[in-house]
Amino acid sequence: MSNTPLLEVRGLNAWYGESHVLHGVDLDIQEGETVTLLGRNGAGKTTTLRAIMGILRRREGVLRLRGQDLLGLPLHRVAQTGLGYVPEERGIFASLSVAENLMLPPKVAENGMSVEEIYQLFPNLHERRTSQGTKLSGGEQQMLAIARILRTGATVLLLDEPTEGLAPVIVQRIGDVLVALKKRGMTILLVEQNFRFARKVADRFYLMEDGRMVNSFPGHQLDANMDQLHEVLGV
Amino acid sequence: MTVETQYLSAQPKLRATTTVLGAIAIAALLVAPFVVYPIFLMSVLCFALFACAFNLLIGYVGLLSFGHATFFGGAAYFTAHAVKVWGWEPLSGILLGAAGAAALGFVVGFLAIRRQGIYFAMITLALGQMFAFICLQVPFTHGEDGIQGVPRGHLLGFIDLNEPLAMYYVTLAIFLFGFFAIWRIVNSPFGNILKAIRENERRAVSLGYRVDRYKLGAFVMSAALAGLAGGTKAIVFQFATLTDVQWQMSGEVILMTLLGGIGTLVGPAIGAGLVLALQNYLAASDFPVTVLIGIIFVVCVLLFRRGIAGEVMEFFKTRFNRST
Amino acid sequence: MSTIFGIPAPAFYGQLLIGLINGSFYALLSLGLAVIFGLLRVINFAHGAQYMLGAFAAYLLLGYAGIGYWPSLILAPLIVGVTAVVIERTMLSRLYNLDPLYGLLLTFGLALILEGVFRYWFGAAGQPYSPPSQLTGAVNLGFMFMPIYRGWVVVASLIICLSTWLLIEKTRLGAYLRAATENATLVQAFGVNVPRLLTLTYGLGAALAAVAGVLAAPIYQVSPLMGSNLIIIVFAVVVVGGMGSILGAIVTGYMLGVLEGLTKVFYPEASSIVIFVIMAIVLLIRPAGLFGREE
Repeated sequence: MSNTPLLEVRGLNAWYGESHVLHGVDLDIQEGETVTLLGRNGAGKTTTLRAIMGILRRREGVLRLRGQDLLGLPLHRVAQTGLGYVPEERGIFASLSVAENLMLPPKVAENGMSVEEIYQLFPNLHERRTSQGTKLSGGEQQMLAIARILRTGATVLLLDEPTEGLAPVIVQRIGDVLVALKKRGMTILLVEQNFRFARKVADRFYLMEDGRMVNSFPGHQLDANMDQLHEVLGV
Repeated sequence: MTVETQYLSAQPKLRATTTVLGAIAIAALLVAPFVVYPIFLMSVLCFALFACAFNLLIGYVGLLSFGHATFFGGAAYFTAHAVKVWGWEPLSGILLGAAGAAALGFVVGFLAIRRQGIYFAMITLALGQMFAFICLQVPFTHGEDGIQGVPRGHLLGFIDLNEPLAMYYVTLAIFLFGFFAIWRIVNSPFGNILKAIRENERRAVSLGYRVDRYKLGAFVMSAALAGLAGGTKAIVFQFATLTDVQWQMSGEVILMTLLGGIGTLVGPAIGAGLVLALQNYLAASDFPVTVLIGIIFVVCVLLFRRGIAGEVMEFFKTRFNRST
Repeated sequence: MSTIFGIPAPAFYGQLLIGLINGSFYALLSLGLAVIFGLLRVINFAHGAQYMLGAFAAYLLLGYAGIGYWPSLILAPLIVGVTAVVIERTMLSRLYNLDPLYGLLLTFGLALILEGVFRYWFGAAGQPYSPPSQLTGAVNLGFMFMPIYRGWVVVASLIICLSTWLLIEKTRLGAYLRAATENATLVQAFGVNVPRLLTLTYGLGAALAAVAGVLAAPIYQVSPLMGSNLIIIVFAVVVVGGMGSILGAIVTGYMLGVLEGLTKVFYPEASSIVIFVIMAIVLLIRPAGLFGREE
C-alpha cells in the first residue's frame, strides 16, 4: 500500500443551509480498497457521500482524489475525476427507458465495462431494456443504478445503502457483484447499515455518529469492535 | 415571496414609531391637495388601494393573480353604468362596483385555486383576457369608447362631488377604509391562517384547514377591495374604459406592489405613487412608458426583491437587532 | 352548393384551415413553453415577444440586407436564440433557486421592454411581409382553394413539432433533457454540464418561438403587439394540455386551434373566448389538464 491515499478527506465540514451537519470528518481510502461507513440513520453517512461528490455544496476542509482538489470543482466536473455515484434513492429516471438510463452518464474513461459485459453481468436489464426505468423491481433498479456507473469507467464507486429494502436473494446477488468489482480493482466507498452484508466485502470500517467519525478499524477486527457497534448502531 | 412583518407588532419601540409615522402620513394626506393637483392625488389613492388589495393575495397568501384588472376595471364599468344609466347615488354605485367585483372574484377564484403556483398566474391571466374580450363585445360597456361622461353627482344626496376637494376627501376616506380593512384582515385569525397557508400549504391541510375555502375567501376579499378602488376611480375620472380591464393593467398593479414591497402593508401604496409619478413625468417626454415599466420589473426582480418598504424595514431591523 | 351542418362547404373548410393555422402557432409556442418550463421551471412570458422578434428579424433582414424568406427561416431563430442565451446567462440563471414566480415576472418585464422598444421604433401598425415567390398562389383541392403559403405553414409546423419531439424522445441530448427535468442535480453529478443544458434549452425554446414568428410574418402582419395577445391564449392552451407532456402540448395546440376555427363558423361571437371557456371547463373537470400529471 502506498502512503498517499487515493481519496483523502481531512477535517471535512458541511452544511445543509444553516445547519452544520458534518463536523471535521477524516477518511482515507487506498487504491482498490473497499471501505464501509457504518452508522445510525442521520449519523451523516449519506451526507458524507454527497459532500464528497459535491452535491452538497457548502463544504470546508480538504478533499482530494489522487492529490487533485475536489472542493473547487463545479459539480459536473467531479465525475470526470473518476468518482461514480450511486444514490440511496437509486435515481432511476421514469421518463427514460432502461437502456437510456444505462447510457445516460457520460463516459469518463475508456476502460469502463462495455454494454455487452454489463448485460452479461445483469441479464435482467437486457431483457427489460425497453421498459420504462421505474417499472423495474427495486432490486433491478439497484442493479441498473450500479451498472450505469460501471459503464462510465469510474474507478471510485460511492455506493449508498445498496441493500436497503431488498430481498435476501437480491442482497446476495449485489454482494457477488461487489466482490466481482473488487477483483477488477475498483475502489469502493460503501454506506451500509447492514454490517453482516458489509463484512463480506469491506477491507476497513469507519463508524460515524452525529456527523463525526468515532472509530475506524480493519475488516478482520469487526468482531472485536462489536460492543461499540451495537452501542452506536443501536442494534 | 415573503417579507417578515411580524416583528413590527412584537417590538414596542418600532410599534410606537409606526404609529407616529402613520399619523404623519394621514396628516400629510389631509393637507396634500393644497400642494399637489388633487386629481393626481386621487388617482394615486385609487391605485394605492388597488395595489394594497392585490398585495393581500400575493403578500399574505402567496398567490400571484395576473388578472386583477378584471376586478378593478369591471367594477369601474358597473359603477359607471349604475351612476350614469340608472342614476344611482355615487356611493351606492361604488359599492355596487365592489360587490360586482366580489362576484367576479368568486368565479375567477373558484376556477383558479384549482391549480397552484405558476398555473394560478396563467389561469388568472387567461380569465382576465376573457373578461376583457367580453367587455369589448357586450353593449353596456360601449366597446372601444367605454362609458364616458359619468356624473360625479352628490354623495348621499348632499355632498357635491364636483367640488375637487370634496371628491378628494371622499376618495381619501374610501382609501383609508380599504387600507384599514386590509390591516384588520391581515392581523385577524383568518389572516394568520392565510399566512400559514403561504408558508406551508401541506401543513395547513394536515392541520385540518379547508385551504381552498380560505384561498377563495381571500381572493373574493381582494377582488372586492380592488373593485372598491376601481369604482371610485370611475367616479373620480368620470369614465370607465377597456384600459382598466386589460392585462397591461394587471401587470401595472403587480409592478406597483413589487416595487413598493410585496407582503408589506404600505409598500404597495408607495409603489403606486411612484409608478404614477413616473408615468406622469414621462407623459411629457418621448420615452415609451412600457419600456420603463419593463426595466423596473427586471431591476426589481434581479436586485431588489424586497421592494422599497421591504428594504427599509430590513435596514431598520438589522440596525435594531445590532443595537440590542 | 354543398353545405356542412347548414354552412356552405367553402366557408366551413376555410375556417377549418384558419383554425389549423392558428393551431399550428399554438402548438409551436406551447411546445417551446413546455420545453423551457420542464427544465427551467420558468414560465417564459417573453415567448410572445420572442415570436414577434423572429418576425421582425425576418422583416429587417429583408429590408436592410435584402435577405429573403428562406435564409431568414434559419437566421432569425439563430439571432433570437443567441439573445435568449444572453438573457439566460445574465438574468434568468440568477433566479433558479427562488420562487418560480420571479422567473415569470422577469420575463414579463423583458416582454414589455422588447414590445415597447419595437413599438417606439415602428409604431403599433403592422408591416407587410410577402411570402416567398415559390409559395404564392393557391391550389384547387377539389373541395376548396387553398393558398399555398397557408398549406406550407401547416406542414412546416407539423415537421418542426415532430422533429422537436423526436429530438427530445429519441436522442442522447433529449435523454439528458428528460433526465434533468426529473433530477437535475443527479444528472450533473454524472458529469453532464447541466447549467449549459439549461442555457441551451432556453435558447432552443426561444428559437422555436422565432421560427413561428417567421412563419407567421406573411400571414399576419409584422407588428410589435403580435406576440402579447397570442401568448395569453397559448397560456390557456398550456393550462388545458398540462405541461407534463411534449406531445400533449402539440396535440392540444392543434385541437384548440381547430375548435376555435369551428366556433367562428357556428357562433362567431364566441370565437375570441372559446379557448378560455374550454380552459375553464377543463379546470372544473380535470384540473391537472388533459395530459398533465397532478403535481
